[in-house]
Parts: sequence; structure tokens; C-alpha cells
Amino acid sequence: MNWKFSGDRPVYQQIMENIRGAVLRGELPPGGKIPSVRDLAAAAQVNPNTMQRAMTELEREGLLVGGGTSGRTVTENPEVLEEMKERILEELARECAEKFMVFGITPSQAARLLLELDKEKEES
Amino acid sequence: MEEVLKATGLTKRYHGNPALDGLNLELPAGKIIGLLGPNGSGKTTFIKIAAGLLTPTAGEVTICGEKIGPKSKALVSYLPDRTCFSKQRKVTELLDFFGDFYTDFDRQRAEQMLTALGIDPDARFRTLSKGTQEKVQLVLTMSRRARLYLLDEPIGGVDPAARDYILNTIINNYDPSATVLISTHLISDVERVLDEFLFLYQGKVIQKGEADAVREETGKSLDELFREVFKCLPNC
Repeated sequence: MNWKFSGDRPVYQQIMENIRGAVLRGELPPGGKIPSVRDLAAAAQVNPNTMQRAMTELEREGLLVGGGTSGRTVTENPEVLEEMKERILEELARECAEKFMVFGITPSQAARLLLELDKEKEES
Repeated sequence: MEEVLKATGLTKRYHGNPALDGLNLELPAGKIIGLLGPNGSGKTTFIKIAAGLLTPTAGEVTICGEKIGPKSKALVSYLPDRTCFSKQRKVTELLDFFGDFYTDFDRQRAEQMLTALGIDPDARFRTLSKGTQEKVQLVLTMSRRARLYLLDEPIGGVDPAARDYILNTIINNYDPSATVLISTHLISDVERVLDEFLFLYQGKVIQKGEADAVREETGKSLDELFREVFKCLPNC
């Protein structure tokens, strides 16, 4: 996992985004074990209390389950994962659309380009 | 929550000049707290009083309810802002010394950290570089099982890679019953490990809070907040 933090947003939120990303990319598969808070905090070089907070919040979201002595795992509930993916996609799309609008680009113009990029990637 | 440190009306004057001016402060257990302030704001004076090296002009500090004395010193692990060891000693002799002096010293832990850092325990302290000397001192300080760690400028004299190691050491030694107070003005380097922060200015706490709450409410890093707060104040 790539742990990089910007100073102007709460660190626990940035950790949550990182974990969500790792799950969606498949680095942390459904049912996969999550390292201990202490190990994660050491790897990310953040305060264990902050890591604990991020884990608790992810548990509340339903992305992580467990949290007892046997440790946490990624949920195997496909609905939770699907819902999260949808939510992130929507958020990102809205953010992108706003940025495009700053330069007078409409979302449909942008979408055309995105499809082309997608094709290029497939070909290479 | 029981506080690890409590300061009430703490004042210290040097020849009439106040370094601490009626400072009130409580540090809860299980937190990593940044003591931040410009030069001459009273950081080192405060830490030295809490470590029992200076007596306050007025006011009081207690550590886990104990007044400053032998009992409080047994609970506090203090990292001075300069080297305090005899330079003629070997690193192993310093380990012996700490083992004799502090019942809560975990020698095995210290040896593990020295190995991880590639420091030869048979080397004489004076033959080590300044940065390595600081690392040895930090290893010894963090190898005690104390309730309160007072770290005065722990990253001041070391390179960025060693800074990371030192911050990791602090994180890896985290213990929910203990509190770590880090004084520094290298805020951007330490801010991701901090739970809470205190801004000190002219011997008083002028602002305090949770690090993530500041980022959430203001969208600013602690470093930016520090620059903003202290820009408006005269004489710094």
C-alpha cells in the first residue's frame, strides 16, 4: 500500500481512502486479513490512535468486520463492496465534472476522451 | 480520564524574565502530544521542570498525581535537547548505567533497536557522529517503560531518514497507558504522528487541540496553522 499523506486533511480520512482503494483494486481481497493496528501504524508511520480511529470508522461503514482478538478482515458481503464502489465512483465523477467545468469542458466532451484513453490502454 | 501530567499556575523567571507565565496544562494518558512554539516560548523550561531539573518560581507540576521528586522521576523518561552522557563510555556501558539507574529499563529492547540502527554496542560514545549519538540517546530514553516521555527536540540534529526512524521508534513504542510529549519546531515532520498539539507562546498555552480536528475544521496542516498563529504575534 502506498502511504502518502497531505497535511491539510484529517489523516484518518486519508487512511480510510487508502484502505478502500486497496480493497477495490483487489490488493486486500474480500475475507482477507487486515494487519494489526500497531503494524499498520508502523507501516504508514502514523499515530496508532489515528490508525485505530480509521479502522473503527471502516468497521462502522461495514467494509471491515471483526475487530476482536482474531483481528479484522475485509467484508465478504458483495453488497457493501458494490455500494462503496458506486459511492466512490459518483464522488470522483462529480469532482471531475466540476474541474472540467472550470475550463468550460462539458462532461460529455470529457467522457469521449476518457473512452479513448480506455481504448488506448486496452490496446497497449 | 486520569491525567499523566498536570501543571497549575506554573511560573519560572530567570533574573526576573518570565520563561513560563502562569501555565496551566493537563496531559491525558495514551496520547502523542506536540509541544510547539517559537524559540524562547518556554518549551525547554517546561520540560526541564517536569523532568525535575529546574524548580519553578511559582505553581506546581504533578506526574500521575505525584509531586516532582524521586517518585515522579521514576515515572518520567526524559530526552534532553543536548547530549548528557560521558563521551568516554562505550554504548554497552551506557546500557549498564541505564539498567542500574532505572528499574523500568528494558535492555533487550534497547539492544534490538541498536542492532536495527546498525550501531556497534562496543563503540565509544565520542567516536559516534552527532546524529548517531542522538539516536543512542533516544533508544535509551524510549527503552524505559515510563508513563511519560518528555522528548526535547528529538529530531533537531538528524537527517531526514533518521527522523523517520525516530518517529517510527516513537510509534512502535506506543503504549496506551503512557504519554509522549514532543517539543519541536519542525512541525511538518512530526505532525502526522501527533494526536494533540499545544501552542506555547511567552510561557503560556495560547492554543491547543486535536491535530485531525484542526485539519477537518480549517483544511490546514498544523504547520500552516502554526505559521498563521505566530505570524500575527510580535517578537517572534
